[in-house]
Parts: sequence; structure tokens; C-alpha cells
Amino acid sequence: MSVQAPNPTLAPVVRYPEALAPTPTHYCPGCTHGIAHRLVAEVIDELGVREETIGVASVGCSVFAYNYFSVDFAQAPHGRAPALATGIKRTSPDKVVFTYQGDGDLASIGAAEILHAAARGENITVIFINNAIYGMTGGQMAPTTLAGQRTTSSPLGRDVKLQGHPLKMSEILAQVDGAAYVARRSLHDVVNIRRAKKAIRKAFEVQQQGLGFAMVELLSSCPTNWGMEAQEALDFIRDDMVPFYPLGEFKVPGNGAPGGAKGDGQHPKGGR
Amino acid sequence: MARQLLKGNVAFAEAAIRAGCEAYFGYPITPQTEALEHMAKRMPELGRTFVQAESEVAAINMVYGAATAGVRVMTSSSSPGVSLMMEGLSYIAGSRVPMVIVDVMRGGPGLGNIAPAQSDYNQMVKGGPHGDARMIVLAPATVQELIDLTAEAFELAERYRCITVVLADGSLGQMMEPAELPPMTEPRRAEDRPAWALTGASGREPHAITSIYLDPEEEEAYNQELQATYREIERQEVRFEEAYLAGARIAVVAFGTAGRLSLTAIEAARDEDIAVGLLRPVTLFPFPEERLRRLAHEVDAILVVEMNAGQMLGDVRRATRERVPIHFFGRTGGVVPMPEEVLDAIRGVQAELMREEAVA
Repeated sequence: MSVQAPNPTLAPVVRYPEALAPTPTHYCPGCTHGIAHRLVAEVIDELGVREETIGVASVGCSVFAYNYFSVDFAQAPHGRAPALATGIKRTSPDKVVFTYQGDGDLASIGAAEILHAAARGENITVIFINNAIYGMTGGQMAPTTLAGQRTTSSPLGRDVKLQGHPLKMSEILAQVDGAAYVARRSLHDVVNIRRAKKAIRKAFEVQQQGLGFAMVELLSSCPTNWGMEAQEALDFIRDDMVPFYPLGEFKVPGNGAPGGAKGDGQHPKGGR
Repeated sequence: MARQLLKGNVAFAEAAIRAGCEAYFGYPITPQTEALEHMAKRMPELGRTFVQAESEVAAINMVYGAATAGVRVMTSSSSPGVSLMMEGLSYIAGSRVPMVIVDVMRGGPGLGNIAPAQSDYNQMVKGGPHGDARMIVLAPATVQELIDLTAEAFELAERYRCITVVLADGSLGQMMEPAELPPMTEPRRAEDRPAWALTGASGREPHAITSIYLDPEEEEAYNQELQATYREIERQEVRFEEAYLAGARIAVVAFGTAGRLSLTAIEAARDEDIAVGLLRPVTLFPFPEERLRRLAHEVDAILVVEMNAGQMLGDVRRATRERVPIHFFGRTGGVVPMPEEVLDAIRGVQAELMREEAVA
């Protein structure tokens, strides 16, 4: 899509990303998937790789991601996107390959696939949407659901003694030697969204440089299944999720020490 | 290319390489592991792709990924591992991307054992994958046939954009016999990948390879396309082998290793003046329906021999409309029947025919 500036001195400051398909999405009002999609599309445009990018969609709310990006896409069985991405990247090493997965997909049913893709240092980029709930099936407990958080399958609040503890996937995967870049960012306000985009860009650049596995975890909202207004949901990320899931870069290229990086010390309310 | 002494598992792996297989993804499981080991050594040597996956679940999805990229790709496994691959096989069938899988069957159910069996017939032929998906199933009886069918499996998979299964068993995988390998074919060049493949949306609209159709009407229309392909396969690709059926009163119907050892029994029976012959289906899907229908009019009895509890038996009954008496002899759990046992079964069928004639 190109926007013709009416006056040569008035150049457009915002464009619809070429890598984002000009189509409405099925996402709920207030959901941050749209923001995450746009950031990924902007990065693909900025790197000039739209025509050589292959995405892998997963099972969950983002199952139709292939309709929303103007790039080639495969749609994987639940949890298996990193395995598909492995098959694609190994046989098409000159392409840019990324997966887009939610928390149920990546941290529960696909825990083995993501861990071993990282261990092999697969040269792929993973966009991991953590909204602490199963969205598509209507609000069940996810592997990242917070302790005490109510969902339709933890109606009394997640009891960690009975239902286990939430998994901190970025910290776990940063321990793996094959992971080159692992960061957790949040989409709850503008400052954090800008930081998220920088991390996504790095995660694609790491792949272009052939450095290995790169993942960005994005703390995201699900107002519908959390039973909240849109702003309330963003506040929940800031006030409840960020304290448990600290933001930061947990692994950067050249930093091989397992778990060496800590959160970047951003105060949960620092973005406001 | 000269004949050489080859182990079945190594033979089919090398045959796949020579057929231009560009990527192999697998997981160790007896009795097919030598195939994975051969690929581990040969594929990197040739600059091709080999990955030992973390599970069969991951292996089949790596195959799926490589298949969407439009390369010749395969995996191999054995019964319990193939069970784990069913999810991926259904998605692959539902996405219409071609691939080849070799199942070196072993005794089951469950962990079972590592001895030869044919008990994955229903799983592979009747469609283990959920949904109305079918796979071409080829059943070799010798190492040479294992080589030839594996190489050809890629052509079939690509012609119909489907999955082709080579249904072998532990004895074929483990045995060594003289066989000839095909000449080397180089993998296709990147610019020759099929038009539907995911190669980056350069100068064209983006491609999406998916198996989801939320609208039931749309899914049904898609299913009708799949079914039309399966009907075409049924018209074009039926294969079987016959021996001594001219003038035979008894036909043994058996596939793979059971067909091979039945032939030994049949030759011994013919020395005893029993008029018996063999029909060995080489394709299990498509099943030689028409040949069996005719066979029911040509012989007085059929004996089905399998290394399972009678899985192909149902198809033989259906295809013949049970117009002749159908007998069954099978061993299960990894027991390979001796030709003498099959000979006894043939003698039993012959005795029954004689009794009926005496009564008549």
C-alpha cells in the first residue's frame, strides 16, 4: 500500500506495513495480538526481507496468522511450529523463518519442540505470545497462568500445589547453549511496545547473522478471557504479570554464560 | 550398477538418497535404526539434510516443514514410532504436501517387541491419520523390491501430492540379500521447487499451506478434491504379483514377507499335487479389488496368510464378496510363520475341498 503525499513537503510519517496484509483480523477488541503482528511486520519491512520470509503459524488464537501477514506461511499442528520451522530452515537456509506461538502451544504441548529447537541452535526466530491463558478454547489455565489466577479450568484460582507452577520460558531457554538471543518484553504501553519492537528486530537480525535460536516473549493481554476491560487488562500485565515475568534480555549473542543475564531492572510501573 | 549384498534398512535409505531425497528426519527405533544411521553418515557427505529429532512427533513435523518447502523428504520408523507420527501424517495429508515414510513393522500392541510383524496394516492402509485421509501403501517382499518401491515412492507422492508409505517389516529391514541400487539422482535445484511450495513471496502472492477450513462446506469441497485424487490413485496404481494361479483351485493371498514365505509353502504343496497359487498385493492402498473379485470366480477357496490377527482378511472378504470360502492363517506378536505351518494350512484347505466334493 502506498500513500501518495499530497504535498512533497508533507511526507507520510506512518505507513501500513507491506508485510501486514490489508485485512481485518478476528482478534477481540483490546487484544495485543494486533500490536505484535504489526511489530513483526514492521521489522520484516525494515529489514527488507518480506519476499524471502516464511512464517509458521501455530494452534491457538493466532492460527490464522497466515491471513494477516503478506509472506509465505505454513500452519503447524499444536506445539510443533519449531519442528516445521526446522524442516523449512534446514532445507531453505537462505530464507528468513519465524514461528508465532502462544503460551499453550509453546510452553505446554510444544515444550519438547521449543526446547530442542533451542538446543540445536536452529537458526530461526520465535515470537512467543504469553497472555497466561488459553484464548482460542475460551479461557482455560495455561502453563504460564499465574499462581492464584482464575481461569475456567482453575475456577478457584491456580493452586500451585495441585496445578503446578507457571513456567518462565525465557529464563529456561536462556540456559540452553544453542539459544543466541532470548528476551522478554511487554505490550502494555507505548514505551514497552517500542522496546518490544527493538527486541523483535534483534531476534530477526540474529537469524540473518546465522547466530542461532532467537526468541522474544511478549507479555500480552486477553481482556475477553481475563474478564476485564481493555485498559484493565493492560494494567494487569503491568501490575501482576511483569513482577512475576521480569522484562529484559536473558541471552544476547556473545553472552554464553547460562542464565548470565538478568532482567534489565525495569520497574514494573516504569513505563507509565 | 552391480548386485551387492545389502541389509534392508541400509538398502532403502541408500535407495532414497539415489532417488534424490534431500532431507531425512528421524528418531532411533529398532528394527529400522540402521536406516537412520546410514542417513546420518551419507546425507551430510552429500551436502543434504539429516536431523535426529527429539521424538517421532518432532521428526514428522520436520518432514512436514521440509515438504512445504518443496524438497524430496522422508522419514522411517517402526510401529510404536509410527503411531506417534499419526498427527503429523494427518496434517500432511490434509495439506497435500508429498512425502515418503518407511514403516519397518514390529510386534505389538504397545511396546510389543522388535520382531517382524504386519500388524500396522489397519493403521496405515485404513488411515491411521484422523479425517478422511488415505496414503498410498506399498508392500515389498524382498530387499530388491524394498529398494525399487522406496525410490518410486517419491514419484508417486509427488504425482498425487500425497503420502506414500513403504510398509516393510523387521525381517526385511534386518535381512541381507543381493540387490541392485538405482543410479544416483541429484536433488532438484532450488529454482525447480514446485509452484505451490513455500519459497518466499517474491514477485507473487503469498502462499499459505494449511489444513484448516473452518467452514464445513469449504472443508467438504476440499475433501471431495482429496477423494477424487484417491479415486484416481485407485484407477491408476493398483499392483499385484501372481504365481501359479493358472488352473489353481486354492489361492493364497498374502503381502510382503508373508507373501514371500507363502510362495515357499505353495511350491511344496504343488509338489504334493495341490493346485494352489499366490496372489500378492504389492499396493495395499489402492487394494487390488478388481483382481480379487475375479479371483473369487477362478478358484474354489482362498487362504489369507498374514503376520497379524487378520487385518487384510477383511479387505479380501469385502473384495471377493465372500463368493468362495475364505480361510485364514496368521501368527501374531512378532512370530514369523514357518513355510511348513503355511503348508499345513494349505493342506487343511485342500482336505476341506475334498470333503465337500465327497459329500457332493
